[in-house]
Formats: sequence, C-alpha cells, structure tokens
Amino acid sequence: MGKNHPNVDSYVVSRVRALESLLIEKGILAPDAVDAVVRRYEQDTGPLLGARAVARAWSDPAYRERLLADGRAAVAEFGGEVDTLLVVKENTPEVHHMVVCTLCSCYPWPVLGLPPTWYKQPAYRSRAVIAPREVLREFGTEIAEQREVRVWDSSSEMRYMVLPMRPPGTEALSEEELVALVTRDSMIGVTEIPQPAAVR
Amino acid sequence: MNGVHDVGGMHGFGPVDWDEGPPSLDDWEAAVVAIQGATRRTGLINIDEFRHGIERMAPAHYLGSSYFEHWLDGIARVLVEKGAIDPAALDARTAFFAERPDGAARDALAAAPPATRPSVPHRGYVRPERAPPRFRAGDAVRARTTHPAGHTRLPRYARGRRGVIAAYHGVHVFPDTHAHGLGEQPQPLYSVRFEARELWGESAEPREAVYLDAWEPYLEPA
Repeated sequence: MGKNHPNVDSYVVSRVRALESLLIEKGILAPDAVDAVVRRYEQDTGPLLGARAVARAWSDPAYRERLLADGRAAVAEFGGEVDTLLVVKENTPEVHHMVVCTLCSCYPWPVLGLPPTWYKQPAYRSRAVIAPREVLREFGTEIAEQREVRVWDSSSEMRYMVLPMRPPGTEALSEEELVALVTRDSMIGVTEIPQPAAVR
Repeated sequence: MNGVHDVGGMHGFGPVDWDEGPPSLDDWEAAVVAIQGATRRTGLINIDEFRHGIERMAPAHYLGSSYFEHWLDGIARVLVEKGAIDPAALDARTAFFAERPDGAARDALAAAPPATRPSVPHRGYVRPERAPPRFRAGDAVRARTTHPAGHTRLPRYARGRRGVIAAYHGVHVFPDTHAHGLGEQPQPLYSVRFEARELWGESAEPREAVYLDAWEPYLEPA
C-alpha cells in the first residue's frame, strides 16, 4: 500500500466488480481484459522508452533534431507506439521546462509508464503553474534566478516530455550507461540529472 | 464548466507529496483501466465525454477520492446517461459483491459470454486542415473571457489573459463539442505563451511563462 494505494473504501471495490461484471455480460468488456491490464503493467518498463530517447539525443545530434521536431516519430525508432503527438522540450542553461496537466492528469504514458501519484494530485496540479520554482524546490531542484522556467499545461491531446540536460562528466559514458542515468522525474521536468558519483 | 477539476493556481493543497517509488496498480485499479479501455475501444465513451464525466463529480467527492475512483465515477455516470447501464442494476450488483468480498465472488455469477462488441478504429485527434489557421506564431492573442457550463479545456486562470502564439499544431478534434455529442468540429490548435506576470500579477515568480494548448475558438486577437 502506501502513497500509491490509499486505503480504498470496500464500496469502491464492489462497485468496480459490479461494473466489470455488467460490462462483460453486455459484451463490452472482454472477460480477460482485466488480466491483460495486470500483465501489461507488471511488465511495465516505466520510463525506459523516454530514457532511451534522451540518451540517444545526447549521443546523436541528428537524433536530437528528430526528437525535438517530431517526438512520436523519434520514439517509434525504438519501437515505441504513441497514439498522440509527442512534443519534446529541451532544457538548456537558459531555460528549464516542466510538465503539468492542471485540468486532469494528462501524462505521456507510452514513454514514461504509469504516472506517479503526486502528478495526479491537486497539490502539484494547482501549484505548478502559479509557483513552479517553489514546487521544484520541494523536489530538491533549484533553478537559477536568471534561468527561465516554462511550464507546459497539457490541455490538449498532445503530450509533453522534457529532454533534460546531459550531466557534466559523462562524456566517456556509452549510450547504454547514459540510459541508466535518466530518471522519470527529469523527463517530467521536476528534477535535473546530477553528475553521477562514479565520474565525479 | 467552472468545476472542481480546474485547480490551476488554487491555494491550500499543501506541499507536493513526492514519492520516488515506481507506481503500480491494485487489482481494482487495473479493472478500472480495463473498463476505461473497453468503453473507449467500443466507441461508447470518447475521451472528452470521459473527462466531462469526471468533472461533474460532486466537488467534495472529487477532492476526497483517488485518481482511479475519479475514473470509476465518471465512467459510471456517462454509461448511465447513455443508457448503456441501468443504475438500479449497478447498485444491486454492487450490493451483491459487497456481501461477497472474497476473491471468488466473481465465480458466483454465470459464466460470461465473450466480448462481442466490435472495436471502433482509433483515428487519433488530428484532422485535415480545411482552411488556413487564423493566427500565426508571434501573433498577440487574448484567451476569451467565457464561462461555459459544459466541457472546455480552457482553464480559468488563462481566461481574459493576453498571450502570444508560440506554435501552430494543426487541426484537432474540439473537446467542447466532442464531449456533448455535437461532433468533432475540428479546430486549429495552438501553443500559447502566457507570461506569469500576466496570469498572476505581482505574486508571479520571476522569469516564468505558462504554455497552454488552445483551440482557435478559445482565442481572439489582442
């Protein structure tokens, strides 16, 4: 349990079962559909696809161009299927990007996996637009005052992902080693990727 | 609608409850995800009807319940409205399972037939451009001051505020009609940049801008 799974009312569980069984009887829900979802998310690779795209963009300038021009086509190069437009925003020494959905919780599931609970809660959704630097500080992220913060409120069916800055001291790392450095939160834009301890 | 879901800029929710752990789904949450997928796949509930179903939750219930409870409540509301589910049958079936909380409860029901309803092909949300877009990158615009009682993706914090077109993204299905059985009525979609100072006045943080995806009917020249 824990934060991901608040203690849910047994009424809710009964209601879900009721709706599930009624929809199966009506031929709307396939009897094995729930098991398929469970299997799919047991094998969920989390943010792996996004991390691969970021590491490739750091290593290959031509791929970086493609990722920024058309995120959906660029992640498809890794076999990723995104059924909406994917917009990738690149962090620079001048600009820091972060992603939110104030109206619901739109999130780039295909590239980042299941959304974290905090992303869906009102505390993040309400404050990311009015006090982003304060929110970033709660994630331990300090953005220099001269750096602009751009907040992307995902109000349409386009999805947003951040291309974080490559940490210093990683020039000698292979693309595979870079993948392991890329975190989910850095691609939402609430953290930056620190210089790895091994290369300090 | 000026609903409880439109939280951008609100105060009082406290600090972000950050949890680094990888997310996972409980069984009942996986069932809700499967149900949502089935209602979408069969064309019973489109994405905008789904969202509007959630927005109409009782505000106290919305704020006091989890993300997948929102999904459950919204889906059930729309299914009842569309006549796909009899609310009395849903209540009765809920009571049935409430009396049989053990995992084998599902087996108490008759063996279910396989799903027969065909899938509706997913066409995405981008549609052909039939006329040139009204605005171009760099144009000054103002988000309309509007308070529709139905579904909209123009949050309150941006209404009446001046911004600049940052990008044009082609023609997209219009949620404001699509949520209400009024068709896709595709509209040009823009990324609009709003300076934080314009949105939040003196309480704005320095060097901040908010980018919002806005359909053309949300905007007027400024």
